Amino acid sequence: MNPVSDIFRILPEVILTLTGVLVMLIDATLPPHCARRSLGWVAAFGTTLALWSSLFQLSLPEGTGFFGTVETSAFTVFFHVLICGIVLVALLLSLDTLPEKSHHQGEFYALIVFGAVGMCLLTGAVELLLVFIALEISSIATYVLAGYRKNTARGPEAAIKYFLLGSFATAFLLYGIAMIFGATGTTQIYEIARLVPAALNHAFILAGLGLMLVGILFKVSAAPFHVWTPDVYEGSPTPVVALMSTVPKAAAFALLLRVVYEMLPTLRPVWQPLLWVVAVLSMTVGNLAALRQQNVKRMLAYSAIAHAGYLLAAFAGLGPSGIAAASFYIAAYAAMNVGIFAVVTLVSGYDEKLPLINDYRGLIYRSPLLGSLLIFFLLSLVGIPFTGGFFGKFYSFAAAVGGGAVWLAIIGLLNSGLAAAYYLRLALATAQRPDEQTSAAPAPRVGAAVGAALLLAVAATLVLGIVPGDVFHAAESGAHTLQAPPAEIIAPVNTVVTQSQP
Amino acid sequence: MTAINQSILTLILLVPLAGAVLVALVPDRFKLPNWIALVTTLATFGLTLHLPAHFDNTQSGFQFVVNRLWIEKPAIFYHVGVDGLSLWLVVLVGLLAPIGVVASWNAIRERRKLFFTLFLIQQTAMFGVFLSLDLMVYYGFWELSLVPMAILIAMYGRKDGPKAALKFFLFTFIPSAPLLVAILWLYAQTGTFDFTMLQYNIASGILPAGPLCWAALAFLFAFAVKVPVFPLHGWIADTFCEAPVALAMVVAGKLGLYSMLRFHIGLFPAQARAMAPLLVGLAVAGLLYGACLALVQRDFWRLMAFAALSHLSLITLGIYGLTLTGWDGAVYQILNHGVVDGALFLLLGVLYDRYATSQINAYGGLAAKLPRTAMFFVIASLAMIGLPMLGGFVGEFLILLGTFTGVSRGWAIAASLGVILGAAYMLWLVQRLFFGPESALAASKPPEDLRGGQLAVLWPLAALMMVMGVAPMLWLPTIEKGAHPPPSHVQFIHLSSQGEGPR
Repeated sequence: MNPVSDIFRILPEVILTLTGVLVMLIDATLPPHCARRSLGWVAAFGTTLALWSSLFQLSLPEGTGFFGTVETSAFTVFFHVLICGIVLVALLLSLDTLPEKSHHQGEFYALIVFGAVGMCLLTGAVELLLVFIALEISSIATYVLAGYRKNTARGPEAAIKYFLLGSFATAFLLYGIAMIFGATGTTQIYEIARLVPAALNHAFILAGLGLMLVGILFKVSAAPFHVWTPDVYEGSPTPVVALMSTVPKAAAFALLLRVVYEMLPTLRPVWQPLLWVVAVLSMTVGNLAALRQQNVKRMLAYSAIAHAGYLLAAFAGLGPSGIAAASFYIAAYAAMNVGIFAVVTLVSGYDEKLPLINDYRGLIYRSPLLGSLLIFFLLSLVGIPFTGGFFGKFYSFAAAVGGGAVWLAIIGLLNSGLAAAYYLRLALATAQRPDEQTSAAPAPRVGAAVGAALLLAVAATLVLGIVPGDVFHAAESGAHTLQAPPAEIIAPVNTVVTQSQP
Repeated sequence: MTAINQSILTLILLVPLAGAVLVALVPDRFKLPNWIALVTTLATFGLTLHLPAHFDNTQSGFQFVVNRLWIEKPAIFYHVGVDGLSLWLVVLVGLLAPIGVVASWNAIRERRKLFFTLFLIQQTAMFGVFLSLDLMVYYGFWELSLVPMAILIAMYGRKDGPKAALKFFLFTFIPSAPLLVAILWLYAQTGTFDFTMLQYNIASGILPAGPLCWAALAFLFAFAVKVPVFPLHGWIADTFCEAPVALAMVVAGKLGLYSMLRFHIGLFPAQARAMAPLLVGLAVAGLLYGACLALVQRDFWRLMAFAALSHLSLITLGIYGLTLTGWDGAVYQILNHGVVDGALFLLLGVLYDRYATSQINAYGGLAAKLPRTAMFFVIASLAMIGLPMLGGFVGEFLILLGTFTGVSRGWAIAASLGVILGAAYMLWLVQRLFFGPESALAASKPPEDLRGGQLAVLWPLAALMMVMGVAPMLWLPTIEKGAHPPPSHVQFIHLSSQGEGPR
């Protein structure tokens, strides 16, 4: 019946799972005193393979496998490639920055890869129970990774906090799924989309939507579900933060897109105002709180909250334009954020001797390369043209304006002006002449693997900033594969010029 | 020849960028970064001179146009071109670049690679602002021009660079947020970022009037901060105090004033007309306020900052007087102000490098020891205050004439008062720096007058000031070509010159 073998529908996930298992097996057979760094290369190789296999999926006809639970489409491929790419960068980053002596390196790499399995599955799942399972796979891996530095005070605290709050959020999501199942009698997303307009028990669906939104918005660290973010980011190892500030959010946003645009497009009048409020809250709360931070990772945590807000502004866009803008923003955000956390990892070191903004003073004198890169990524986060951050904001706010929410774009852009203040504080500290204390700090060493990671991040940020056309086109074709809302109103583009003049 | 005409603007944008990459790659030895920057800027200046040489004065509209699709969705075109308005401004940026390199030659002693890399990127950004005819590309360059400037102020500031840089950046970055929203709104309404298409769409009156008014206001606000127009000038004094000389000469004025003419009045003539009385008032206020503050400054960088505020306000007056005479004068005065400011900053930079203070009362009696410096400074000052036969006279005269005949006699008289005050503070500055008894500071260092590179720059500049004073017809026909609006706007101009209300 199905011309495409089911296994091809989940090829990247299969490859990633095998890689993770392989890494664990090798880890178990190696003698205890043996260095485990090479396991990272195995994981990186497997991730690269998974990336290629998701590109191969593009040649498959669009459709579902495993009894309509997993989808492959341009949308899923876009996110698979993004997730695998970022995981690859995070692995390369970890290779050079994890302490040599650590005995748990095998677990570390395996968990990263298993987390990637969950996130990839999450973007492809079209069945709410699979969504839940995929979310749990990715979350549990991330909880463990957050507590990887178990000998520090903040490491276990971060892990426990993340685990407890995260479990709550997942419970909300599950409860929401149950409500929607109760109202429609199915957990299949297309079926739900078909049944919702006629469903009798409307209150159940609304409650289900609300609960699911709570769960998802927690995962993307949008205000008011953001309180875990700064503590967890501060306590987790920086390479892990590079990972968990980007890919789980990307996967969760993919889920959000699927839920609101594909599953419940008819409830737009309900979720639209909710997302507006969350967007404005996230931007404002994130930026205002970031202004006062002295710790770089906490500042970037609040910046991540603000960026979730800018991204949610894209959801004001109608149909494909909003989906494409959001997808593009996720890619741009992931590229620059993984880049800046890579720099932060190198500067502050694995044990984080230099966590404060003041410690970055004179970085450009100590290490011109890292200093320039830090400024570059900060400028991208500000949204300066010719960087990925600019076009991310551009598409997002253009979608908002196209959807009629001009005020949202104004709030967003004023917020990004506000955000420039704290990004620049760090950039200017970097450019400042070093004082006694910071000039004594050693210049960080940039190894081959982390060099490759930085190169990838810079290249991606520049490509997204200078020639965003191809990536946006990919995001757009992904957007078209999500079922467009039936009663879609296209923004009046290209109509004015052709109108006859009075 | 057509091949060159086709690619000349792209070359002007790319050559400084290529120079920047080259500077970033070479080792910081033997002043290599300086030499590469000098060669690059001279080459770019040479390229910009190609424009007036091959500009066809008989045609209206944009020339040397390149219009290629850059990004499909949204439709952003790499659309560049020059007309009479931007032609000489491009040449001016080209001219000021090598002057900036010469001014930085000895002043920048460390991290020269970084300095010249960013300096050259800044050149590209400024060229981009003057050349772009696609609003998104324009906005890109507009924002990009902030970045090297802010970093250079932070790193090479004299006392408190980072603070001034932050102030400068936020002052100019935040107003561009409404600008971007306005651009996006125009796109959502019309489906194009193209300047001429937007001009046509807006003129045809099919866009809703209310939002259009807000969009015009957003444009104006962003430009007014950048110029700056009183009372949005909060950033200018600190920036002038901290910015390296090479950047202080370009930081204020040109970009904002050009953008007002091209993108505010050019796109939103009716809305600009409604706002014009307010801007005329603010311009005269800024003119007098800047001049009064310049009179009482003790630090010559701050004095230059408020002098700039005063002079730029005069140009704003010319622009928002909405008379053709005033526009001609305004563009001419932008050119003249650029040249004169370039020379003055170069000279003040030389003084600051040698004596390490910008306190005016520490100086005195330098004329006897540094006769050449004094001579050039006097010439530039006289050009600045508008002495007949020097460049400043033509521009100021045209602006005041336009105001007198086209706006109101009262404003013109008030503006003239500001010009007189301008003469007062400049001449007083000359007197305190160069004449009077020799100060302890002047006596403390051996006399060391201007040398090769500086003279090679200053002689042509002085000559240029005189030529601009006696032969304005070399420039004015082209400027008039650009300042004259396209046909669809003629009606509006007639109305404005008769002083009647909008339709």
